[in-house]
Amino acid sequence: MTNRFAPGTFSPDPRPATVPRMLAAQFGLELKLLLRNGEQLLLTMFIPITLLIGLVLLPIGSSFGTNRVATFVPAIMALAVISTAFTGQAIAVAFDRRYGALKRLGATALPVWGIITGKSLAVVTVVFLQSILLGAIGFALGWRPSAAGLLLGAVIIALGTAVFAALGLLLGGTLKAELVLAIANLLWFVFAGLGALTLGAGMVPPGAEWAARLTPSGALTEALSHAMTLSVDWFGIAVLVAWGAFGSIAALRWFRFT
Amino acid sequence: MTSRSDIPVLLRGVSKRFGSTTAVNALDLEVGRAQVLALLGPNGAGKTTTVEMCEGFLRPDAGTIEILGLDPTTDNAALRERIGVMLQGGGGYPAARAAEMLNLVAAYSANPLDPAWLMDTLGLTEAGRTTYRRLSGGQQQRLALACAVVGRPELVFLDEPTAGMDAHARIVVWELIDGLRRDGVTVVLTTHQLTEAEQLADQLVIIDHGVAVARGTPAELMNQGSENQLRFTAPPQLDLTLLVSALPEDYKATERAPGEYLVEGQIDPQVLATVTAWCARLDVLATDMRVDRRSLEDVFLDLTGRELRP
Repeated sequence: MTNRFAPGTFSPDPRPATVPRMLAAQFGLELKLLLRNGEQLLLTMFIPITLLIGLVLLPIGSSFGTNRVATFVPAIMALAVISTAFTGQAIAVAFDRRYGALKRLGATALPVWGIITGKSLAVVTVVFLQSILLGAIGFALGWRPSAAGLLLGAVIIALGTAVFAALGLLLGGTLKAELVLAIANLLWFVFAGLGALTLGAGMVPPGAEWAARLTPSGALTEALSHAMTLSVDWFGIAVLVAWGAFGSIAALRWFRFT
Repeated sequence: MTSRSDIPVLLRGVSKRFGSTTAVNALDLEVGRAQVLALLGPNGAGKTTTVEMCEGFLRPDAGTIEILGLDPTTDNAALRERIGVMLQGGGGYPAARAAEMLNLVAAYSANPLDPAWLMDTLGLTEAGRTTYRRLSGGQQQRLALACAVVGRPELVFLDEPTAGMDAHARIVVWELIDGLRRDGVTVVLTTHQLTEAEQLADQLVIIDHGVAVARGTPAELMNQGSENQLRFTAPPQLDLTLLVSALPEDYKATERAPGEYLVEGQIDPQVLATVTAWCARLDVLATDMRVDRRSLEDVFLDLTGRELRP
């Protein structure tokens, strides 16, 4: 057989790249895919921003206190975390599996933890961008948190991101893509509702409010609202840690590459 | 276990069951360095299962596998750095562009092939900005092949490398595989295309129902048993008694159809001379005289009673 390839073209030299280089490439593409996806942007940026502006500016009465922006910025930040780490992540992972991306990467020199790390770093980056953007809009609307409150808030956002990412990987890594698409979007509304229940000072029956605080989104919304006003919601943190542990253990147990 | 680094692929008594189905049954394989092994068999024969056990995706139920001296399951990370894998049906981020996907895999290697050159070679340059999801089946296949070789591996596993490709692309891929072998890369490929196996393979293993039913070089397999038949065409209804008496004992000569003659027995030059001498005595001209070479398709049919094509 004649051959168009010069001798030595394919001489073996299978040295892997350094781990930082692999991770940088992995993170770069994952981030690009998140930021390029229109539906993801709708969910992670457009809807939270619209909700925040609408809830602060529209005449919806005074039930949420005189400083509505201080009530809604943490709540919407919590929802934005859920959009990115849970709903967006679950759907992306499910379709990656459907198209064999994870198995494909599982056959390369990239360590398995590198796949997870790349995805996680991309999610963390988007959550960071969301928080800055929502914070800036809140500031423009009159939100004035303390520096310590912001710091405490960042810790809670980090915790919430980890918890919802674990739950997102669990959902996206176990079911069929179409099912994940439906369930992840449905749960976004459920989580939004449960988060809102924790805000309803006086309007929501105490039983319902406590039930909401036992869910991951209720716990995150409550803990983040507390943090921004410099108090620590240990109960919410404990609930988040419990959900995070459940999500991680179940994901490790049942996550499938294909 | 001693590792035999001169035998990159070594399987001994490997079995794999899925529920009550035995996908691979007591399979032995051995591939030498810079050799191309083709696993040939119909769909569901156990080819992909075998390859995926070698890659570490599946764990065998019985037997031992050594790939480059490593256990694919327990030494998986070390193995993956040295091999290239083309999965059946490819695989990639649905929204990543073809070039992005290949660049990503190239970035895992310290000294990869130039991805742009590889894209061009495989006719993928124009599809470079197309997302993986929108690539045609053939384009996905070519991208998968590019991903398998971009890291300059010393051993590649190619599962159905040319499935869904047009004739032109297939020839490029055949040359590429030939180039890999020439440059010292060991290749294990699966196929159900006979011409592909015949063109590329140094060693051929025919698998059916998870069992290796035959192995050898393509020429060995095609010649197996073929020296036992001599066919020729001559005027019909010739008297064969003279011929049979001139041939050694146990030989048979028959007229299969009017004018179509078959001599069965060990065909050697002496037998050939006897037949032509008999023709000369009868003053007839035998045409189309041939010692049958069986095609791989015949070999496969004889061995399994099944058609190779899915």
